[in-house]
Amino acid sequence: MRHLIDPLDFTRQETDRLLGLGEKILESPQKYAHRCDGKILGTLFFEPSTRTRLSFESAMLRLGGQVLGFSDAGSSSATKGESVADTIRMVSGYADIAAMRHFKEGAPFVASQYSRIPVINAGDGGHQHPTQTLTDLFTIRRRRGKVDGVTIGLCGDLKFGRTVHSLIKSLVRYENVRFYFISPEELRVPSYILKEVVMPSGHQWEEVRAMEDVMPELDILYMTRVQRERFFNEEDYVRLKDSYILTKDKLRAAKKDLSILHPLPRVNEIAPEVDGDPRAVYFEQARGGVFVRMALILTLLGLEKGILSGEGA
Amino acid sequence: MLNIDSIENGIVIDHITAGRGMRVYDLLELQALDTCVAIIKNARSEKYGKKDIIKIEGVTDIDLDVLGFIDDHATVCIIRDGKLAEKKRPHLPKKLVNIVKCKNPRCITSVENVDQVFYLCDEKAHRYRCRYCEQEYKK
Repeated sequence: MRHLIDPLDFTRQETDRLLGLGEKILESPQKYAHRCDGKILGTLFFEPSTRTRLSFESAMLRLGGQVLGFSDAGSSSATKGESVADTIRMVSGYADIAAMRHFKEGAPFVASQYSRIPVINAGDGGHQHPTQTLTDLFTIRRRRGKVDGVTIGLCGDLKFGRTVHSLIKSLVRYENVRFYFISPEELRVPSYILKEVVMPSGHQWEEVRAMEDVMPELDILYMTRVQRERFFNEEDYVRLKDSYILTKDKLRAAKKDLSILHPLPRVNEIAPEVDGDPRAVYFEQARGGVFVRMALILTLLGLEKGILSGEGA
Repeated sequence: MLNIDSIENGIVIDHITAGRGMRVYDLLELQALDTCVAIIKNARSEKYGKKDIIKIEGVTDIDLDVLGFIDDHATVCIIRDGKLAEKKRPHLPKKLVNIVKCKNPRCITSVENVDQVFYLCDEKAHRYRCRYCEQEYKK
């Protein structure tokens, strides 16, 4: 049985096949409308989330399956002190597959160790968010036709942003990727990501302070929110939250075929005036997340063969 | 020169980097033994100038992974009938299980009763990372 805890749990080939399946579903969703009839997805959200939870639920409902779960720790038995291990053992009897978001880093991994059903990490603290990464790759692929050769600017909170770390880890597996890390000094990419992931990959990378400096070169601009909940003190948050705001004016120097991505929710790092620009694809990206999750659910439930290595087509 | 009696049966952990002897003692949980244990700090060493040594009477088996993690320069001499029977060098373990604890307050191990697992992420720099949250272990 396979789980998805870390974006690297799937090989690049498996990831590419999964994204290909997502595209097929997007093109003909009706073909997949009953593939999960009789199946149940457990959504175990120990931390509130709108987009991720709804996209998982939408994905399962669009496949004909059903959903049960909770949307914050307060309405789960975690408040009574139940362990993650016990929770997943219990849910294993109620659902066929589980998506877990938890404020503690590594919680979905613990769950996968005790689970009898596939576990999907739907975000664990500031650590990993693999289905967001799949969604990001899906969007890049749909916009450019491929991921290889992309020049990407990752902008904003590169220190605490789990989506950024997961995306970097996945992107280094492609060919000729160029990274621009655009952030304030305080929110730079952690040195371990640079030393253990980016540098050994041999890809070109540079850290810059202003997005304007690299805007003309970018194929993808990946914006992130400076997240209040990742700061230990309010002062630091207030000082840094408006550091990197994308406006129409800053986009003047950008390529015509640039794609602006954002894992959402946005606060004010992308001015609303940018939403009408054809290069702003963050809502399309969020929509794509449903098809990616449909593909993932089908794959992990073993209902779509030939995606994971070792399975017959 | 300080003299410590030689042992008949037991272990001598030699060439411990000076200053790390007490940490080896703690992590090997030698305080739990009721046999004779001697810690020699800052002994003269031709190779390193100074070294720590630990002699343990009556025990011939220790966790080499723990020792390798703290000090892979150390040597372990197994003494039987007053003679050197075996000499071992600890290696830097690829994985640490329940040897050190993750200090990241956001890590699941801070609340869940699971094994504390770290894996070696950089052999040259002796760096370890938590299996759960991936935070690096800082001594």
